[in-house]
Amino acid sequence: MTSTLTPVRSKRSALTKGQLPKYAPLVVLAAALIVGAAILALVGFNAFGWGIVSAVLFAVGLVSWSAAVEGSRRAKDKLATCLVVGSFLVALLPLVSVIWTVLVNGVPGLLAPGFLTSSMNGVTGVYDNRAVEDGAPVLGGIYHALLGTIQITLLATIISVPVGLLTAIYLVEYGNDGRLARAITFFVDVMTGIPSIVAGLFAAAFFFAVVGPGTKTGAVAAVALSVLMIPVVVRSSEEMLKIVPNELREAAYALGVRKWRTILKVVIPTAISGIASGVTLAIARVIGETAPILVTAGFATSINSNVFGGWMASLPTFIYTQILNPTSPANPDPSSQRAWGAALVLIILVMVLNLAARLIARVFAPKAGR
Amino acid sequence: MSKRIDVKDLNVYYGDFLAVEDVTINIEAKSVTAFIGPSGCGKSTFLRTLNRMHEVLPGARVEGEVLLDGDNLYGPGVDPVTVRSQIGMVFQRPNPFPTMSIRDNVLAGVKLNNKKISKGEADVLVERSLQGANLWNEVKDRLEKPGSGLSGGQQQRLCIARAIAVEPQVILMDEPCSALDPISTLAIEDLINELKDQYTVVIVTHNMQQAARVSDKTAFFNIAGTGKPGKLIEFGETQGIFSNPTQKATEDYVSGRFG
Repeated sequence: MTSTLTPVRSKRSALTKGQLPKYAPLVVLAAALIVGAAILALVGFNAFGWGIVSAVLFAVGLVSWSAAVEGSRRAKDKLATCLVVGSFLVALLPLVSVIWTVLVNGVPGLLAPGFLTSSMNGVTGVYDNRAVEDGAPVLGGIYHALLGTIQITLLATIISVPVGLLTAIYLVEYGNDGRLARAITFFVDVMTGIPSIVAGLFAAAFFFAVVGPGTKTGAVAAVALSVLMIPVVVRSSEEMLKIVPNELREAAYALGVRKWRTILKVVIPTAISGIASGVTLAIARVIGETAPILVTAGFATSINSNVFGGWMASLPTFIYTQILNPTSPANPDPSSQRAWGAALVLIILVMVLNLAARLIARVFAPKAGR
Repeated sequence: MSKRIDVKDLNVYYGDFLAVEDVTINIEAKSVTAFIGPSGCGKSTFLRTLNRMHEVLPGARVEGEVLLDGDNLYGPGVDPVTVRSQIGMVFQRPNPFPTMSIRDNVLAGVKLNNKKISKGEADVLVERSLQGANLWNEVKDRLEKPGSGLSGGQQQRLCIARAIAVEPQVILMDEPCSALDPISTLAIEDLINELKDQYTVVIVTHNMQQAARVSDKTAFFNIAGTGKPGKLIEFGETQGIFSNPTQKATEDYVSGRFG
């Protein structure tokens, strides 16, 4: 009797098939790396090829081992896992590579004295030649470009957010999917796909016609950027307003609250976190635009704090001109160091904006909790 | 603080579709009236016409008269906002405003309309409304916490507190207990019994025991078939509707033979 009660250890459960040991992937990975290195050694070793050959060997090895021990269903699962992880790594590779390259090349520029606090005014090829030949510090900085980028983007945001948000409110709350609403939606979709240079040309042509030929100021650039920004703001705000439950609107109406007050005090506060992060992402989208700024604000080497008068530099155009027309054609290295530094600052700006979007979303999100 | 409602020959449409046909009903002040009937028969649609919430939906319209103490809600120049501030509504699903605290939810009717109210008056109003909704003891220590953190039954009572804080004449309830458990349902039914001392209450319910428990009068709505308009079949004392209905359809429905 007792023998039927004690579990039989040696017998495998009828509910399981064979299982690979936990360390199986590690073993296969080690084997794949060694065999991959051996194969690559035959044809001439390079790290990139080693990675690819090892990845293929790993996938083949793990899947066939699994097929032999665990059966075909588990093997297919392993294959799908390998494909998903592989795609993820492929997608991540350029991103990591870009950030790494910009960091390596940009940090010396960023750390150069006066990089963030001085402009390129008066910095000529003579100084750059001296920096390369005599080891003098690289002079000149991005203060004027940083100032221009911030002013132009800020003005573009001030133009785009009211227009975009009000359009979204019209579409969701008042449009009733009528003819006008559908026309607006269509044109917003078309505007989303406008190439940025076209937006720049439009703004330039518009100001040439209205203000006078050759009008190139930060404000013109801001108009060009807002042409690019408005559709993004409309789209994201519209989506956010749509997901506000209709029950909340009805609850407010039933309390005797007018429609515009309901929108202002119930609908928008409920959606504000999504709207705010949508706006921030729209800013991040246009802050790196180069072409529309080149044709609308030109580029400057000195500080211009007036958005409405005179040519203005920005970070993307600064990078563009430094690379394309080095300050000293004989010694382009200082210029390229400044360009990489500016690129690093631009990436940091975008990253800060993305973090700000998350923070805003969290601060404004409807609170849960008891 | 309560008014009667008289409905004369009311037809309710969604676009061209006639949803409820030819309803005439007199709802007494300071009473509880229950609307019962099978799903899709137009009870909720009809209820929403009583405070002009029906027309919020695109294409929705009505023909006929709804008189609040003799004043036609659908008369020319009547502002639906004025109507809704006199006739409050509680919905099927609890819907406290997620961005507001419990206190602000109760004060929503005042604050959203930008009426000036001193802190002392606001405190009094919050306490009186929450006590009116039997919720004060449960939430008095966490008035600044978000309303969405309450349980479903508490949220529904918060919505009732929000509705009575604007001091309406009539309170409409659209299946207020359908998302709640029996204990919360009992709490709300007790509350309805207390509310009728001050307010005219109209409640839509699928639960016939609930109609029998809480209402003074009951209206039975029915529908001839899909695509046909809903109609008021019978209206009378709750006692009579459940024990001695005059119409065959009512008897079949309340005795559970159909529906």
